[in-house]
Amino acid sequence: MSKGFFSGLLATLVGLWSFTAISETDGVFDEYRELMGDDNPAIFVIYDGEEIWFTPAGPKSVSLAQCDLGLGPGVVEGAYAQLPRYFSDAQRVQDIEARLEYCMTHLQGRSPDKVRANAYSQRGELGTELEALVAWIADQSSGLTIAPAQAHAKERSAYTLGESLFYYRAGPHDFSCATCHEQTGRRIRLQALPNLTTHQGAAAAYSTWPAYRVSQGIVRTMGWRMRDCMRQQRMPELIMGSEASVALQTYLSVNGAGGSMAAPGLKR
Amino acid sequence: MQTIIRICAFIIFSSALHADEPYNVLLNSMVDKNFVTVERLKQDELQAFCSQPRSATVDEPRAAELREAALKGVPTPAGENYLGDWQRGEKVAINGRGLQYSDDPDQANGGNCYACHQLDPTELAYGTLGPSLSGYGARGQNPAMLEYTWTKLWNTHAYNVCSHMPRFGAAGILTTQQLQDVMAFLFDPESPVNRPQP
Repeated sequence: MSKGFFSGLLATLVGLWSFTAISETDGVFDEYRELMGDDNPAIFVIYDGEEIWFTPAGPKSVSLAQCDLGLGPGVVEGAYAQLPRYFSDAQRVQDIEARLEYCMTHLQGRSPDKVRANAYSQRGELGTELEALVAWIADQSSGLTIAPAQAHAKERSAYTLGESLFYYRAGPHDFSCATCHEQTGRRIRLQALPNLTTHQGAAAAYSTWPAYRVSQGIVRTMGWRMRDCMRQQRMPELIMGSEASVALQTYLSVNGAGGSMAAPGLKR
Repeated sequence: MQTIIRICAFIIFSSALHADEPYNVLLNSMVDKNFVTVERLKQDELQAFCSQPRSATVDEPRAAELREAALKGVPTPAGENYLGDWQRGEKVAINGRGLQYSDDPDQANGGNCYACHQLDPTELAYGTLGPSLSGYGARGQNPAMLEYTWTKLWNTHAYNVCSHMPRFGAAGILTTQQLQDVMAFLFDPESPVNRPQP
C-alpha cells in the first residue's frame, strides 16, 4: 500500500518535472512541498525514534534514556542543534551518529561494528533504528538556533579539518565537495546546489537534514548525505561517525550557525 | 640561533604534518567498497595543488608548470582524426554513470556532460556549473578549434589549471573513441547541439 502510494507520488513528481519549464531554483519541488504543508511522512519515523529511545535493548538490556547528547544525561530537547561537539567521556568531537553509537555500545553493550553496519537503510529497506532515532532527536531541536560548540580546541580543529576536507580533490574525476558547493545559484542537471561556504547556503542545507526522501521513502541523515556525496565524488565508502564525517558536518554546522533547525526536512 | 633553527624546523615539520592530515584522516574514515579502494584518496600533484578555495592566492610559476605538463601529456588522435559519431557521442554526454562504487564496472563510463553544461537546447535537464555549449560547433570547424576542444576534453588543466572539469582523457574516464564521439556531438552540423535555435 505505502509502496504504491510513494511510487505514485514519485511518478507525479517526475511528471511535474517534465512538464514544467526549468527554473533557476527548486521550483517544482517547492510547489510539492507547499502542497504537503506541515505534512511530512517523517512524522511516523519520529514516533518510532522516540519509542526506540525509551526501549531497553542490547546485551545489557537498558534503554538510551540516560544517553548524554551534550546537555546532560537524557536531555534530548535542543541537543541536536548544538552538535557536533566535544565529549570528554569519548575524548573526541562527535556528531549525533557517533554519539548514538557511543551510547549504544557503552550503555547498551552493543558491538560498534554491528551498530555501524546497520546504520543506514540499504536499498529496499524501510528505515533503521539509527535513522528513526536521529529523526526524533532532530525534531526535538526544530525551530531552535543552530549553535554548535566551538569553545574546545578539538571543536575548532574539527572545523579547520572539515574545511580542508571540503576542498580536498582526489579520485579519477578530481572532485571535492567544493566542485558542486562552492558557487552560488548553480545547479547540477535540474538540482539546485547550495553554496556551503556561505552562511545562507550552509544554514539552508544543514537545517533540513535529517530529511524524508520522497524518492526513497525513508528518512536519511546528514551523515548519510556525507557518505552519498563521497560516493558521487567517486570516493570509497565514508564510515558513519568517522573523523572525516564529523569534521565535514562541523564545517557545515558552524557555517550555518545562527540559522533555524527545520528538520526532518522533506526532499526529493 | 640554535633556538631559532629549532623553531623553524618545528614550523616546517608541523606544516608538513598538517599537509598530510586530510589524507590520513580520510584513510581512517573510509573503507573499500566494491571496486573502489582507498587508493583513490591519494592525491597527484595537480589535485594537491588545486585543493584550495577559488579565492586563495595562486602560486603562478607552479601553476604554469602544471599547465605545461598537462599540455605535454595530450596525445593527438591517430591521423588527426578528431571526430567520431555524434549519435554515439550524445549517449556518452547523457550517461552519468561510471566509477562510482554503485556503478557496474563492466559498463562503459559516461561523460555526464549534462550535469554541468547545456548542450542540445531541447534537453531541459542540464546543469549550470559549466558554461552553456549549445551551438558550440555552429560556426563551423577549423583545425585550431578541433585541437583546442580535444585538449580541453583530454586534460582541462592544459588551459585552465584547477578547472573543476574532470580530465576525461588523461584520467582514463573516457576512451579515445568515446572522446572522438563527444567531439562529433559538439561539432557535427547535424548534431542537436548545433541545430538552429527556434
